[in-house]
Amino acid sequence: MPISFPTTLDLGRFLPEILLTVFGTLFMVLDAVLQKRSKNLFGHLTLLALAAALGASLYAGSEPGPAFGGMLVVDGFATFFRVLVLGVGMLIVLSSYRFLARENAETGEYHALLLFSLAGQCLMASANDLIMVFIGLEISSIASYVLAGYLRDDKRANEAALKYFLLGSFATAFFLYGVAILYGSTGTVKLDQIHAVLTGPNAPFPVFVTLAAALMLVGLGFKVSAAPFQVWAPDVYQGAPTPVAAFLSAAPKAAAFAVFLRIFTTALEPIGTAWEPLAWGSALASMTIGNFAALLQSNIKRMLAYSSIAHAGYVLVALTARSDTGTSAAMFYLAAYALMNLGAFAVVTHLSGKGERYLTLDDFAGLAQKQPFTAAMLTIFLLSLIGVPLTGGFFGKFYIFKAALDSHLVWLAVLGLLNSAVAAYYYLRVLVMMYMHDPSQAVQEAEPLSHGLQLALVLPALGTLFLGIFPNWVLEFAGHSAALMK
Amino acid sequence: MPTSYTEMYFPVLVQAILAMALAAGLLTVSRLLGKRVRNRVKDLPYESGIVPTGDARQRFSVKFYLVAMLFIVFDIEAIFLYPWAVVYRDLRMVGFVEMLVFVILILSGFFYIWKKGALDWAAGAVDRKENRAP
Repeated sequence: MPISFPTTLDLGRFLPEILLTVFGTLFMVLDAVLQKRSKNLFGHLTLLALAAALGASLYAGSEPGPAFGGMLVVDGFATFFRVLVLGVGMLIVLSSYRFLARENAETGEYHALLLFSLAGQCLMASANDLIMVFIGLEISSIASYVLAGYLRDDKRANEAALKYFLLGSFATAFFLYGVAILYGSTGTVKLDQIHAVLTGPNAPFPVFVTLAAALMLVGLGFKVSAAPFQVWAPDVYQGAPTPVAAFLSAAPKAAAFAVFLRIFTTALEPIGTAWEPLAWGSALASMTIGNFAALLQSNIKRMLAYSSIAHAGYVLVALTARSDTGTSAAMFYLAAYALMNLGAFAVVTHLSGKGERYLTLDDFAGLAQKQPFTAAMLTIFLLSLIGVPLTGGFFGKFYIFKAALDSHLVWLAVLGLLNSAVAAYYYLRVLVMMYMHDPSQAVQEAEPLSHGLQLALVLPALGTLFLGIFPNWVLEFAGHSAALMK
Repeated sequence: MPTSYTEMYFPVLVQAILAMALAAGLLTVSRLLGKRVRNRVKDLPYESGIVPTGDARQRFSVKFYLVAMLFIVFDIEAIFLYPWAVVYRDLRMVGFVEMLVFVILILSGFFYIWKKGALDWAAGAVDRKENRAP
């Protein structure tokens, strides 16, 4: 096969990834060269890079289609997740300014790693080929492993990074094994061709394909921290620097779900009845384990980690529904979840103090007296996490359980709803702490909000309310792109 | 023509059984027929090998680890240049441009670790970090 230059169209559709990689590499070189720089330089530059990549994603999304011979596809679905992870990246940068200064951490490498990780996630969002999925997964993961241990003098961060790395590489191996078996039995790694082979006259032996689906479910289940592959999440989120924990709970998770949805609802749809029970079980286990374990936590980061496991369970319910409504519900939910979770983590970043000393629930006592604005913002996020009407979390849950009922998953919907009732308890406990107790040591010592953190709270709060009051705009886009993905 | 998976892979199964039977058979035969002599001289290293002294579990500097890791990374990346050089003519300009991008990426990584002091064997790496303006 003759090799030719990629066309301008190919490059245009790949522009977000190119920009992120170029900026990331540039940051590394700048970091090595510049001896004197303002401490916010890299943060500002990263915001610029992310804005450029966001623009490039929208530009690529305005002219959808495949790129590089079908290895990538830029459709509405890809654009949705690209914009989502880049938005997450911006919020993380905003909430990192103060944190990095407080912990005396190097800024150049932090932002370079963030950009590399996001490049991998953008690639995952647009990959239409199992090899591309794998490469995106690895680019995203390796940068995330390093970010988790970024404060390398901190023992907990070291533990977190090592656990994340060992378990993560193990899970990636499972995914790759699944890819290998699928390639062996269908003879292709392109998702649309796999679908064609599976529905065609020469469909391979179903046992192999089911085995491949199960192995890929293990690998991706780890990346989205779904039960029974969730054990790493609490330890990693607790040990990792708080902005990084926020990042891990939103961007890699959203990208992994993008891959999950794309592979399982397009390529593997023909054997849907085979993997549906697995997804059903994983969804139920994630919701139950996440919510019940979160009830017992006294550390706020561990609580949010278990809550993130539970939320992965809700999205899996949407996946189990195996319908366009399910896919669009999952997309909506991931957007809502990213916003509310990032907001909650930003408050934790703000309050934890130098060296992250204040991380227990008791440290939130009396926040409303000293900093009513911060407390109000956290209230919005917690109410959204519970799923109270007028917030994005409510419509997210509503659409997911509606999709489940449409697909006759009555039991899963009922058990999921019971679960979200349990979840209300541990979120409300934080609210009670903030509004009905005397100020704690942490609250007394808390500095006023920095400008970056103010933005990192206000933007997701506005987003959460927007999704809660005008859900149709996002939902229609999601539904439209979910239908086009097939 | 073999039709099902079982038929297609049947020769592989036969091959695997044969291989295992041969290995097990040879070991059994040599165990049954061979003489066994064990003494101190036989346990020594073969011919001109060095007689071992002490334990293999020594402590050595963590710097070896860093250098070894960087070596592996750059070694693997540099290996890609060989197949490229072989098919350079067939790839024409495309291959040149793609490889240029690849080499620039490697070189910026190399530049980075160099400037950061990862290659300084002495304590220079630590000093540089402390001297930098906060």
